[in-house]
Amino acid sequence: MDTDHLLQGLATDNDHRERPVGSVLATALMIAAPVSLVMFFTTLGFRKDIATALHDPFFDLKFLVTTTVVISATAISIHLSRPEASLKGWKRLLLIPVGLLSFGIVSEMMMPQRLPWTTRLIGSNSKVCMTAIPLLSLPLLIASLVALRHGAPTRPALAGACAGLLSAGFAATLYASQCTDDSPLFVATWYPLAIGLVTAVGALAGSRWLRF
Amino acid sequence: MREHEDEWADLMRRGNAGDSGAYHRLLKAITPFLRAVTRQRLARAGQPVDQSEDIVQEILLAVHLKRHTWDADAPFSPWLFAIARNKLVDALRRRGRRIFVNIEDFTETIVSEPVAETVPATDVTAHLQGLPRRQRDVLLSIAVESISIRATAAKLAMSEGAVRVALHRGLANLAARLQKE
Repeated sequence: MDTDHLLQGLATDNDHRERPVGSVLATALMIAAPVSLVMFFTTLGFRKDIATALHDPFFDLKFLVTTTVVISATAISIHLSRPEASLKGWKRLLLIPVGLLSFGIVSEMMMPQRLPWTTRLIGSNSKVCMTAIPLLSLPLLIASLVALRHGAPTRPALAGACAGLLSAGFAATLYASQCTDDSPLFVATWYPLAIGLVTAVGALAGSRWLRF
Repeated sequence: MREHEDEWADLMRRGNAGDSGAYHRLLKAITPFLRAVTRQRLARAGQPVDQSEDIVQEILLAVHLKRHTWDADAPFSPWLFAIARNKLVDALRRRGRRIFVNIEDFTETIVSEPVAETVPATDVTAHLQGLPRRQRDVLLSIAVESISIRATAAKLAMSEGAVRVALHRGLANLAARLQKE
């Protein structure tokens, strides 16, 4: 086919409008989130003392950290779906949850504690944490990868990693409401390990599926 | 090619607003530029320049299918360069060379005289044969024979909506097949 002919075909197809990647991603997540929610409530569910836990600033901090992970990773994913996108400046968004968590660790250090820091760091739920976060994030990871295929990421592994990060952030938000380990030391140890695993899977999947 | 920025961005904006004539003019305007860059890169990678038209067509398909990722408030050229670069790197990698394309290659390319198509592209034609029959018929009718959507619908006994869908799916299918090869 001559290039002129191809152009004729492309120009005639101009009526076909694709939705912006952000809106496709929003739809995909709205479809996948209930799946993760059902998985969570049928297996784990809220911790029993959640009503009292809500008054504990360290319990609340977990949600602040995980939701800022979700929001930053989502923003970066949408940004990276533009082919000319550079990460400059956008990386800093991820410093928000890191900063919040560091602030939590320092605050906790300055308070009198019943348990030694090693006990708080190791906690008692690390295995559940390492299992629940990757599993709960799976539906969201698949959905966000499908959505990001509508984009044109020239750094597909990085875009896939962000998809992993946002899915794991969401899963961690759910998990945090079940977990009784509220010490920022526990959060700073096990959550990043679980989230990092999903992020790595996302990067691998992205390098394969998000190429265009 | 920065000097074309305003003209290209304007045509693209009008195309996105539904002006298919403006969009067609944009595609015609960027093609010689894409051709020049592609030839330059192939020559530098020690590859035969006569493969350039296949790569040009692949870039054009990607530009078309990914045009919703251009932000109308952002400059057009960097977006175009990024798509072209992505496809060039990919095409050359498939041809067995790992190469690096600098963004300067694009900005410094001067199309002194319009580069015409010399050796015709063969990849699209080859993959066209593998498409579902409806998509192939619609593509050939609209692209090659320049028959309108309405006349194509009448000729193939399809609704206009079905022709539009087949056209878009056919183009998306072609792009996917080119990438996989």
